[in-house]
Amino acid sequence: MSGFREPHELHKRRGGLNLGVGVVLALFVAVVFGLTVAKVSTGGFQMNPGGNMGQSQSQTGGGN
Amino acid sequence: MVRPFKQAESGSEMSDATINQTGSNTGEAGFGDYFALLKPRVMSLVVFTALVGLAAAPVAVHPMVAFASILFIAVGGGASGALNMWWDADIDRVMKRTARRPVPSGKVTADEALAVGLTLSVMSVVMLWLAAGPVAAGLLAFTIFFYAVVYTMWLKRSTPQNIVIGGAAGAFPPMIGWAVATGGVSIESVLMFALIFMWTPPHFWALALFMNSDYENAGVPMLTVTHGRKVTRKHILVYTILLAPVALGLCFTSIAGPTYIAAAVILNALFLKGAVDIWRRDEAAAEADKYKVEKGFFKLSLAYLFLHFGAILMDASLKSWGIWG
Repeated sequence: MSGFREPHELHKRRGGLNLGVGVVLALFVAVVFGLTVAKVSTGGFQMNPGGNMGQSQSQTGGGN
Repeated sequence: MVRPFKQAESGSEMSDATINQTGSNTGEAGFGDYFALLKPRVMSLVVFTALVGLAAAPVAVHPMVAFASILFIAVGGGASGALNMWWDADIDRVMKRTARRPVPSGKVTADEALAVGLTLSVMSVVMLWLAAGPVAAGLLAFTIFFYAVVYTMWLKRSTPQNIVIGGAAGAFPPMIGWAVATGGVSIESVLMFALIFMWTPPHFWALALFMNSDYENAGVPMLTVTHGRKVTRKHILVYTILLAPVALGLCFTSIAGPTYIAAAVILNALFLKGAVDIWRRDEAAAEADKYKVEKGFFKLSLAYLFLHFGAILMDASLKSWGIWG
């Protein structure tokens, strides 16, 4: 059974670049997640603020 | 699109060792070389002025939305820098000041710079739209277009007024920051735009006075090359005189407080004195002291802009702490 092979020279050379791109992508995901949480918590993603939701509730209430 | 620039051989020249992480021994681009495409120093100015525009606005913004918006504005500014490096690689190679940039040094190919620039441009505008709305995103898109197309591709090589009109690109960030908070444009944001717009010509012409041979060698029609240094000195004075009322005009808006008023009065007096000193000098005097006055004026111009926007930020902080306003 053979052990782990020595990393290819190309992988060694590009290690820093790959690591940098990985960190940037991870940060991007974190920013999008944080932005989503912020928007949801402040009502920034309401589809129709103050519109149909209120109407449909009153209609439902009227039906009772 | 066919570019006049013929790509230098990969690895033929070392780029700045401080920013090159992995490629320094191999000639292959490292992460730092791609990051350098975004012109980090210019990006830091973009971040600072956009942050001031956002902080000075009379509308509170969720910290995460503010952080993400500033980040995407910075990325958009960086993207336009990458597009500039793609287009200008041929003249960047000729100028001492820019010869070590990633494309002319052969670390990154011009096509890669184009790909990075276009990708980040689209991404930053879309993300800013989602974070802050269409006005801020529209202004960012226009800024990228203005810098990459109007300034870099059109004006820079065709008119000595290149940096006068092209300076608008660098003037938009505080306006975008303001739009992130308010969703619109107002007299305050227009005046912040005008402050950077009017500051750009004296700043760059002072640089051109002591870096003249660089632009001449590259065939860039800077005012010093096309009209001579005497005319350039006169232009520096005229634009500095025009700049003063813009800077002082901000004193009468809602964003100015005691810090800004004091800073504007002192800095504009110093800047005007510097411009008069430059105007009164001739080339013999300048060469005798190795452009000491011009270099001093250039350094003062950096402090001028930083302190004006720093003062706006300080007054915004004083307001939020309830100390003033």
